[in-house]
Amino acid sequence: MTYPSSRPDVLIVGAGVVGAACAYACTAAGLRVAVVERGAAGGGTTSAGEGNILVSDKEPGPELDLALLSSRRWREISEDLGGGTVEYEAKGGVVVAGSRETADGLLRLTAGQRARGVDAVDIGPGELSELEPRVTRQAVGGAFYPQDAQVQPMLATAHLLRRARQRGAVVHTGTGVVGFVRDRRGAVTGVRTDSAEVPVVSARWVINAAGTWAGRLSRLAGAPVPVLPRKGYVLVTEPLPRVVRHKVYTAEYLANVASSDAGLETSVVVEGTRAGTVLIGASRERVGFDRGVSLPVLRTLAAQAIGLFPFLADVLLLRSYLGFRPYCPDHLPVIGADPRAPGLLHACGHEGAGVGLAAATGHLLAQHLTGERPDLDLTPFRPDRFEEATA
Amino acid sequence: MTTSPAERPGTRYDIAVLGAGPAGLAAAVAAAGQGAGTVLIDAGARPGGQYWRHREGDEGALHHGWGHFRRLRRGLSAHGADYRPGHCVWHVERTEAGFTVHATREGSPRTVRAKAVIVATGAYDRQLPFPGWTTPGVFTAGAVQALLKGHGVPAGRRIAVAGTGPFLLPVAAGLAEAGVRVVGVFEAGLPTAFGRHPLATLRNLPKLAEGAGYLGTLLRHRVPYRTRTTVVAAHGTATVTGATVARLDQRWRIVPGSTREIDCDTVAVGYGFTPQTEIPLQLGCAMRRDADGSLVARVDARQRASVDGVYVAGEACGVGGAQLSAVEGELAGLHAAYATTGSAPDRRRLAGLLRRRAAQRSFAAALHRAYPVPDGWQTWLERDTTVCRCEEVTAGAIREAVDDLGATDPRAVKLYARPGMGLCQGRVCGYATTCLVARATGRRPTADDLRGMATRPIAHPLTLGALAAGDDSGGDDSGGG
Repeated sequence: MTYPSSRPDVLIVGAGVVGAACAYACTAAGLRVAVVERGAAGGGTTSAGEGNILVSDKEPGPELDLALLSSRRWREISEDLGGGTVEYEAKGGVVVAGSRETADGLLRLTAGQRARGVDAVDIGPGELSELEPRVTRQAVGGAFYPQDAQVQPMLATAHLLRRARQRGAVVHTGTGVVGFVRDRRGAVTGVRTDSAEVPVVSARWVINAAGTWAGRLSRLAGAPVPVLPRKGYVLVTEPLPRVVRHKVYTAEYLANVASSDAGLETSVVVEGTRAGTVLIGASRERVGFDRGVSLPVLRTLAAQAIGLFPFLADVLLLRSYLGFRPYCPDHLPVIGADPRAPGLLHACGHEGAGVGLAAATGHLLAQHLTGERPDLDLTPFRPDRFEEATA
Repeated sequence: MTTSPAERPGTRYDIAVLGAGPAGLAAAVAAAGQGAGTVLIDAGARPGGQYWRHREGDEGALHHGWGHFRRLRRGLSAHGADYRPGHCVWHVERTEAGFTVHATREGSPRTVRAKAVIVATGAYDRQLPFPGWTTPGVFTAGAVQALLKGHGVPAGRRIAVAGTGPFLLPVAAGLAEAGVRVVGVFEAGLPTAFGRHPLATLRNLPKLAEGAGYLGTLLRHRVPYRTRTTVVAAHGTATVTGATVARLDQRWRIVPGSTREIDCDTVAVGYGFTPQTEIPLQLGCAMRRDADGSLVARVDARQRASVDGVYVAGEACGVGGAQLSAVEGELAGLHAAYATTGSAPDRRRLAGLLRRRAAQRSFAAALHRAYPVPDGWQTWLERDTTVCRCEEVTAGAIREAVDDLGATDPRAVKLYARPGMGLCQGRVCGYATTCLVARATGRRPTADDLRGMATRPIAHPLTLGALAAGDDSGGDDSGGG
């Protein structure tokens, strides 16, 4: 494939949900876009996610601001794509506190979140069982987050890319990047690929949206960002009538999302889907890219889900899947231009929130590339922050 | 057998054999005969698998090789192998000491530990979708035979048998002998090609005689046998009221003007077999696409898979029928026993088994060549023909996932359009979906394509309660089933 008029403005490496959202936002801003993806669109971590668009699980700070912006952007995108086609659902989140101590911590969190613009409602056991009639009677309280939503991540990725293609983007799947092309001054001007059909793709800017493999790609570019895998599982039950109405999770989940502990952490997230299945996540395990299934993890997830919804004990488990969340040591994503390699930008390291934060990530980078002032300050997400930390 | 002090006697076997069909029975008997501590784990209520499926008290009037089955059954108890029926294995876990087999029995968790596993999980009918194939009254050929052999119940009164492969013959002959009216056997292929492999034919005269016997039975019952012909649509809503039969060209496209309606209340269909490969896939064994288009485990001359301690015998390493399965099972049992206990097998016995395996495999390969499944069946489908019956996904929806959403492999199509996401987890529609997607993207199906629809970390549904309960720490491990 060639670009007869001229080279694309932006080359996006990675066609997961983040790359797709970048392609969508950049083409909407009038930029010419090419995407290269070494496997299939959405075939990496995107295909192993639940499609969460959450504001509830973030503490006040830059990531919460990003999540709030992304939640607004997702609403607009899903209207543009057709909410049904990407299964956008503002189902709302319910956080359950199992002890008085956890409930107190949750009260402090919701107060801080409200100050940043989150719609967070503190609820007692009575309201909790109104929202979720089958939830455990052991719960002492919780919080309700009407803004929490979700999309079907694979469909969202496919439709974002489809819209980008309609606006002129070219997507090369099965095309892996093997190196970067630089000009005499060292600026990145394109990539070399393993595909004989498109051995070189030149562009004014290259965006690293390679997800869990973004660290490897950044090293190829000589501008490393420390993106590492954190393994997680999702259990899927037989289809049921809609008995779990919201995205329901334990308050302990909040502690794990931000944790840096090695080894295994599980704290369960339970939700019903349109297909009737109940999804049960989410564990976090730092075991590299090992695809082996660990039964103790599955067992813990099942036990915690039953703790939250006792009726699940008699429900059949049909399947499980696993994936690798891309995380950075400070648990913040990497978004923005890399001063170490002019022409290179990053959109990676979103950990378990890639789907949720994708919309804002693409939006902010498109603003940056078109010279518009970004809606959010990108300083907390800058790619070279890790070098400062170790210096 | 050596037992370290850390292990209580009986809590860990040398060898766990999964599946009690011809391969698994032969493996368990051979292993136990060598003195290996052996457990045979099976989902069925009685040993025999699909091939020797029988009723309580049935002593084999309808069965081929029943004497062989009785010898194996006797060998099982004579050599002291433990036999655990009614166990649905949902996961096999690799541990430092070997393997832990996780099963449920009547819904309760059961675990078995062993140093080595022999996977002999067999195969089930491969199905191709066609308009009306989800109508009640359309069965797999295997299900019709299982009803007859296992319960003595004919699936219908006027049955059309359709598909491809030699298995259609015993199914039709069994029905005819049970007094059912078989309105026709419609073989989509043209198996005369078989004659081109004289060596395979000569080595396997008994098998051919078996086939000739079935044909004789059909002739006696005046059952029409048609080649290059098949059922391309079933009619009726609540139940089958008839079917459309068509002649096919070499690539299985319908010959224009050749369709005709037939009167029947049941259709039995089989297009070969799909091996059950969940366990080798869970354990990370190397796989390959076999000559018949199925995903199977790679094995070496000793039936070893690519993962240490894992042996595969029977259809799961290549569809080849009961006799080949039994030979492979026996080899796997002898080698696994030697590897776990040091008990060396008789070399002449090994040599004989290897000779029989070579002959049977060449016969199986010739059969695969004689009964190919070309992709012209895809032209029988309408846009609204269901491909995945669990999730009600149509051929049109699969096509859209490729054309509109840009899916390039079956796994992506599964995630966009949900074929294979339902209760059967793609066991029924996996092959068809893989072929449809490959053709829509202009290529042939690969082993990776098949793997995308066949990987199932949970091989059999279990309740979350059973999963959470974990190992059954009670004494069941040492019990005798």
